[in-house]
Amino acid sequence: MRLVILDNYDLASEWAAKYICNRIIQFRPGKDRYFTLGLPTGLPRNHPESYHSYMWNNFFKHIDIDPNNAHILDGNATDLQAECESFEKKIKEAGGIDLFVGGIGPDGHIAFNEPGSSLVSRTRLKTLAMDTILANAKYFDGDLSKVPTMALTVGVGTVMDAREVMILITGAHKAFALYKAIEEGVNHMWTVSAFQQHPRTIFVCDEDATLELRVKTVKYFKGLMHVHNKLVDPLYSMKEGN
Amino acid sequence: MRGGQGAAWAPVLQFTNCRILRGGALLREDLWVRGGRVLDPEKLFFEERRVADEQRDCGGCILAPGFIDVQINGGFGVDFSQATEDVGSGVALVARRILSHGVTSFCPTLVTSPPEVYHKVLPQIPVKSGGPHGAGVLGVHLEGPFISREKRGAHPEAHLRSFEANAFQDVLATYGSLDNVRIVTLAPELGRSHEVIRALTALGICVSLGHSVADLGTAEEAVQSGASFITHLFNAMLPFHHRDPGIVGLLTSDQLPPGRRIFYGLIADGTHTNPAALRIAHRAHPQGLVLVTDAVPALGLGNGRHTLGQQEVEVDGLTAYVAGTKTLSGSIAPMDACVRYFLQATGCGVESALEAASLHPARLLGLEKHKGTLDFGADADFVVLDDCLRVRATYISGELVWQAEVAGQ
Repeated sequence: MRLVILDNYDLASEWAAKYICNRIIQFRPGKDRYFTLGLPTGLPRNHPESYHSYMWNNFFKHIDIDPNNAHILDGNATDLQAECESFEKKIKEAGGIDLFVGGIGPDGHIAFNEPGSSLVSRTRLKTLAMDTILANAKYFDGDLSKVPTMALTVGVGTVMDAREVMILITGAHKAFALYKAIEEGVNHMWTVSAFQQHPRTIFVCDEDATLELRVKTVKYFKGLMHVHNKLVDPLYSMKEGN
Repeated sequence: MRGGQGAAWAPVLQFTNCRILRGGALLREDLWVRGGRVLDPEKLFFEERRVADEQRDCGGCILAPGFIDVQINGGFGVDFSQATEDVGSGVALVARRILSHGVTSFCPTLVTSPPEVYHKVLPQIPVKSGGPHGAGVLGVHLEGPFISREKRGAHPEAHLRSFEANAFQDVLATYGSLDNVRIVTLAPELGRSHEVIRALTALGICVSLGHSVADLGTAEEAVQSGASFITHLFNAMLPFHHRDPGIVGLLTSDQLPPGRRIFYGLIADGTHTNPAALRIAHRAHPQGLVLVTDAVPALGLGNGRHTLGQQEVEVDGLTAYVAGTKTLSGSIAPMDACVRYFLQATGCGVESALEAASLHPARLLGLEKHKGTLDFGADADFVVLDDCLRVRATYISGELVWQAEVAGQ
């Protein structure tokens, strides 16, 4: 894996954004060559904090993507099982995911693959762990009764199929999860640990997230920053036609 | 023609590179329009899976809901209170010219007149949607004749009336049909005003208090009977007194029916209301403030002397005088100038200044779902403003109806 450590949340976000940007451009996407970006999915639509609204406001409305190329798991579908299977099928039809970008929960989960999720799981309906519900409460004015308890999610196996995986981890409250994910063994109680067996994973984090790691680990990867920074500098642009 | 989100056949317009006034704030958002209404782009993206058919770059400007003027007596030489054979043309002329002031809807106002005038003029001013031809007519504002003799201002004394004898029947006899009427200004101290106020309110007509010597108690009772507006606060009413605040006291009255808000018109032309008075009113009750022009026919005529009916008027900048005197002869400040002056005098913030000319009059008339707002589903009547709040372009139903000339083309 690559472990990229930046000073704070803003710098980590910026580094990750530049990396994704460069990856897409170096892929040389075109009319018949799509770059498939994977992002974790969740809540039902038209909820005040719906994932659709979140994705629209934070991503889709700022770019010129064709709506037909945006596929989001529909938590309001009548047949959820069919919805999940169809999602897996769409990924396959798109030729697989080129880059999956995700975060990590305080309990070490990737997407909504809560502790105990199979490390070869596929897209399915999951009941959320209390930790996750508590973490999501801030989006519902702190009212626990309003937080959805179930969610459709891509599976660990689904993400493992991606050609590259990027995990973003910031904040001290995620530090223990990061430690479990990269310094301990592969364990379905800390599902992000599955990516130790992925050929191309990159973890981007801030200083606070490294608080539970061994000093040796942190020093090693910080020492590689000059190598890592070559991935974001120069920053390519679609306009330059490279 | 307007459609809803379901007007799927209509092209989708996306106004980009702008800040829109929504929810009381200037947001860095695009404005999406379809079928003459503001469109929810998120629904378009996820449900219809469509993108815009046309994008228009707004050059970093502010997009605000079109201004609504609920008190305007005429302009550009036209006097709405004059009974001609073709009142319609006069209204249409004003409707077209005020587009350049950012006004997309208005209430032509008639001052105190004899019944013959009302009977002849009112049927010629129907409610009408706006468009390239001009701003929309929301209905007529009848200011008088049921007002106070003492506070008549420039209204002709000979035509003042009371409704003591037959209350609402007197009103009907005077005005004729009330079909096209939206607002009536009256003095609540006149006998049987409560019956009249209740009858008018029951018809959906907004009752406004003005040209009156009413004390606060009388004014409060009028509001309890249904009155919801004050005509040009401070002007033509008793001044604020600390033991009897009069009509002005309604701004902070605790006797209003629960859940009801009193609105008040203010002429912010730099002349009719001292800026300190503007600030007192604004600070006391900011949500009720409605900017009005109360413009007279001399509006838009340019500096110099003009003959308007029986009057000789001298226009100098934003002020009109009776020719050869220093007596004010009505207001001639366009609505956008009022918004700018109001902003500068009160320091209230661009959002508040814009809402005072759009959202608040819409709320007064119960139109806030469709007018005075850029919420999804509202009519796409909006104005494009630069940072100094000068009008660059005006749109009605998503169609460009006026545009400032671009220098050096």
